[in-house]
Amino acid sequence: MNERSFSEVRMAIEAPFTPEHDLFRRTLRDYVTRELAPHALEWDEAGIFPREVFTGMAAIGALGVNYPEEVGGSGGDFWHAVVLAEELVHSRNSGVNMGLLVQSQIATPILNEIGTEEQKREFLRPALAGEKIAALGISEPDAGSDVARIKTSARRVGDDYVVNGAKMWITNGTRADFITLAVRTGGPGHGGISLLVFPTDVKGFSVSKNLAKVGNLSSDTALLFFEDCKVPARYLLGEENEGFYQVMTNFQGERLIAAIGAVSGMQQLVDESIRYGNERSAFDKPLIKFQTWRHKFVEHLTGIEAARWLTYRACDLFNRREPAVKEISMAKLFATDLMQRVVYDCQQFHGGMGYVVETPVARAFRDVRLLTIGGGTSEIMKEIIAKLVPGF
Amino acid sequence: MKILVTVKRVEDYESKIKVKPDNSWIVTEGVNYRANPFDEIAVEEALRLRDANMPSEVVVASIGSGAAQAEIRSALAMGADRGILVKHDGFVDSDGVARLLAKLGEKEKPDLVLMGKQAVDVDDNVTGQLLAEYLSWGQVTFASKKESLESPEEKAKKPGIQLAADKKSAQVVREVDGGVETLEVQLPAVVTVDLRLNVPRYASLPNIMKAKKKPIEELTPQALGVDVAPKVKVVRVESPPARKAGIKVPDVASLVKKLHEEAKVI
Repeated sequence: MNERSFSEVRMAIEAPFTPEHDLFRRTLRDYVTRELAPHALEWDEAGIFPREVFTGMAAIGALGVNYPEEVGGSGGDFWHAVVLAEELVHSRNSGVNMGLLVQSQIATPILNEIGTEEQKREFLRPALAGEKIAALGISEPDAGSDVARIKTSARRVGDDYVVNGAKMWITNGTRADFITLAVRTGGPGHGGISLLVFPTDVKGFSVSKNLAKVGNLSSDTALLFFEDCKVPARYLLGEENEGFYQVMTNFQGERLIAAIGAVSGMQQLVDESIRYGNERSAFDKPLIKFQTWRHKFVEHLTGIEAARWLTYRACDLFNRREPAVKEISMAKLFATDLMQRVVYDCQQFHGGMGYVVETPVARAFRDVRLLTIGGGTSEIMKEIIAKLVPGF
Repeated sequence: MKILVTVKRVEDYESKIKVKPDNSWIVTEGVNYRANPFDEIAVEEALRLRDANMPSEVVVASIGSGAAQAEIRSALAMGADRGILVKHDGFVDSDGVARLLAKLGEKEKPDLVLMGKQAVDVDDNVTGQLLAEYLSWGQVTFASKKESLESPEEKAKKPGIQLAADKKSAQVVREVDGGVETLEVQLPAVVTVDLRLNVPRYASLPNIMKAKKKPIEELTPQALGVDVAPKVKVVRVESPPARKAGIKVPDVASLVKKLHEEAKVI
């Protein structure tokens, strides 16, 4: 349980969280703790979570959170999406959270930004209703954050594009109904990249395998193959050969969501550890009274507070559509890196209890490694920041 | 028909409650607040009755500080039509609440008042009964239903309270020791609801946004002509005694022996 009260969360940055954000936080807290958290272990063991999780979340408006009503969204702003990412940590299952956030915040924003009315009706609307599962297809076996290197091609033949290639590390990939797909339509480099909405019922598409991962066990992550897949040209998103910019913009939302989730997750784990440390005694005093731990947790709380403010600052810029790449990269770098150490210490503090997967902190130990890797590694974040700061 | 439903702002049962050092009350800093869960069930029942008996109106009322607006908004986001906040910052005892609600009853003239059977903060379980007495209306406490919360009736969001065709009376199933009984009550009436009447809906974000536009009327005890000086004084608040550590027994035989000889329960 995150012991911070909603009013404290609100006070952390006064302006953006209105009573409507608080009510949405209440709905999410209730829904996530009642409907998702009880299945956390079961879904990890199954290696997947039920499709109904998508429709259930859609019913409370949590997938369409910051999309306009015209496309079936809830009409909220980016701060409602912040609340979503913050509250999902109460599901105690990072895989479910990732699947849901890919659906709501990572694979679909591009459709809303540059999709045609038809594309919105056919793909975005059912995705926000939880009826079609969405995935984002950018990374390939030989290209991750260096998007300019992607090879998967889409060749224009009459009224169609013919897609060939492979995509790797695709969340929701084994059961996605459509993929927001980055393809090469032009020459090499970033100038030849386009985006397609790719329906997965097309002939020639195959899911090669569900990748066995260290963590996020309930989330399916796939290697996908495309062999002469014919997609109607009307599924092109935006202009041909202008997809690179959209992909880069989309990364910003993804990284921001990762930073928000990390801050909320760390807070939850430290709150729980402090509570545990009050209940558990050794040598006739509660663990939390040992100075070595008190100091460690206080250091972490200080770091978390700093990470929260940096992240909220980046959210504010992003929400106002101001330049935010530097702040978002810093927030992702700082929050996800700090979380590695926070999880290590919380697990260490829990002793044997922290080593059994029934305990959330043990699962956090497995899941946390993704955060400095996925959505652009920490090293990529540093390169981006270095490019935006004069003097390097 | 018109249904008046009450919602109290209470401490979140998930929050860790600590008693103040001087034992005068609990520490309220850092505590989350929410609508009383029994009241959420009452709101859900009101909404189902409304939707099954259109045209109808659900009015949600709360008594408390300005902060209680949040719990009214929460009920409006579930689907209630409008709100009334009787604003008062200090402690109001259950009798004061009942007398304020009686005034609202006279003012609004609802066909039915739905309330949680008790608030989970102080667990008094008297307000509904007092209100019925002050209004000289019939009452049914602990409304429940025969069908389980996994039943098709519940999944179809059917109301548990059955209105007569002429809407002059209602049949209410209530929980009693060892089973349920069905009572018929003349309307207007006060019905307090128990845990197994329904599963309240979640307030979805689109409905939260829509609720922004729904009106909340603000009143005061003075405006309603009610003196809410408490008759009940809280003398002392204490935490329940800490649970003692358990013991392990080697086998069933010694467990039975201990239950018989030490605990004297079998």
